[in-house]
Amino acid sequence: MLEALNAEVWDKSRVVLVMDHYVPEKDAGSRKIVQIARDWARDQSLPYVYDGIGICHVVLPQKGHIRPGMFCVGGDSHSPTGGAFGAYMFGIGSTEMLGVLVTGQIWVRVPETIEMHWSGPLQHGVMAKDMILLMLGRFGMNGGNYQAIEFSGETIRGLSMQERMTLSNMSAELGSQVGLIAPDQTTVEWLRSAGVSDLAIDEIKNFTTDDDASVTHYEFDATRLDPQVAAPHSPANATSVKVHHGLAFDVAYIGACTGAKLHDLQAAADCLRGHRISPRTQLMVAPASLEDQRAAEADGTMEILRQAGAQLLPNACGACAGYGATIPDGARVIATTARNFKGRMGSPSSEVFLASPYTVAASALRGVITDPREVLA
Amino acid sequence: MNAGNFVHRIWRFGSDIDTDQLAPGAYMQLGIPEIAPHCLESVRPDFASGVKTGDILVAGENFGIGSSREQAASVLVCLGVKAVIAPSYSGLFFRNAFNVGLLLLTCAQADQLQEGEHIQLDLKNWQIHRGASQPLFCTPVPEFLMEIVSAGGLLNHLKALQNKSRGTH
Repeated sequence: MLEALNAEVWDKSRVVLVMDHYVPEKDAGSRKIVQIARDWARDQSLPYVYDGIGICHVVLPQKGHIRPGMFCVGGDSHSPTGGAFGAYMFGIGSTEMLGVLVTGQIWVRVPETIEMHWSGPLQHGVMAKDMILLMLGRFGMNGGNYQAIEFSGETIRGLSMQERMTLSNMSAELGSQVGLIAPDQTTVEWLRSAGVSDLAIDEIKNFTTDDDASVTHYEFDATRLDPQVAAPHSPANATSVKVHHGLAFDVAYIGACTGAKLHDLQAAADCLRGHRISPRTQLMVAPASLEDQRAAEADGTMEILRQAGAQLLPNACGACAGYGATIPDGARVIATTARNFKGRMGSPSSEVFLASPYTVAASALRGVITDPREVLA
Repeated sequence: MNAGNFVHRIWRFGSDIDTDQLAPGAYMQLGIPEIAPHCLESVRPDFASGVKTGDILVAGENFGIGSSREQAASVLVCLGVKAVIAPSYSGLFFRNAFNVGLLLLTCAQADQLQEGEHIQLDLKNWQIHRGASQPLFCTPVPEFLMEIVSAGGLLNHLKALQNKSRGTH
């Protein structure tokens, strides 16, 4: 396409290429797609290329490419994940990405701000995934109306960086353009460990919402939040796990940018430590990045998952969108992923329930949908 | 304005039509012409084979929710769909549609349009004409987006801009 326009990339130092959707290549079609990307990266001598080491939304910050105050676009709908770091980041399609590569420019309609303010601590066994599913149940899949959502309050301040990423990631499902979280000490420390060494705590003070800004404000109480489960075929079909308690299923899936980061793997391991999963089900785990998988190997998390009977998949988008591995026809799945549209995981006859890594692991243990607080107690 | 101008046949869909319904993930490694026959097959199997050039798709709230895949819009262009009319769209889909040359009209009264009805678009006054019934009103589309969609999408628009700038040097 660049050739068709007879144009050059406007600034290669501002381009990062991550190959995650079609890797590892399972057939001729995916091989061809990945080869096009690899050839292009080589011909262009792109400075930042990450091939098969994880999902872009997780790899980008881990490699130090995201920082507070940045304006970025990504070629995938879960690009608002960057909002967890205070970056105004959103997803665009491939043609629009071509426009950005050529011109370095894009249009944005100035958004309104919708503040989701959370108070109180989460119970043990309840996590960011449950918070975002609750918000989806309340506001629906286009509740964000392509405006800017900001997640705020003491609950958010208390979340780890990867938990914050889960919230911003699924702001895509809420239909907002971005899902922002004001950067703080947690952000700075995490980014420093990712190699962003020149980020001063003073610098981030600018990236907060002004006191006098016009904001639509919603309040949530984290202390009373039950683990949530979204029934097929919409993430907005979210209710308390209690509603689906005891429902049998075939596959438990821990994967995706939404639900297979180190923190997610550790949460699953908390439920599975010293146990084996129910013989009625199978557990598939696709760690979101190689770096997260290595860290989970180092701290014993992966060993717990393997001992429990988990089947390990590559560090890629995997079965989440039916690109990589697929779920069998007619299977009922409980997954840590972000979407459960009809046919999303490959088969139109499969049913996908969305839940947190705690809930998916606890359910794998019992073979039926289970409140993780029962297992963790 | 005569009856011959009411050339756009309406295909009605419900709310929350998502990108996996428009361009199913299982076919995403194929080209647009190969994905197109599967467009909306999970909700309406007769659509892709029955739709004709110039037809218009009318839907409920939140059309195009889901992923950033612009194939979801491209397959509609490929099938000859002239425009989509709905009360609201996914923001991402909205961008993609114009970038691949698909006109989206935002119309709060879209639910009044009937399956099989033939309509006429008046893009100067942002009205939908329906013969005997009162016209419906659409939200005006910004001029720069109309330029992109009129060029047949962003790629053609960029080409035209380049030719223009080369022509002036």
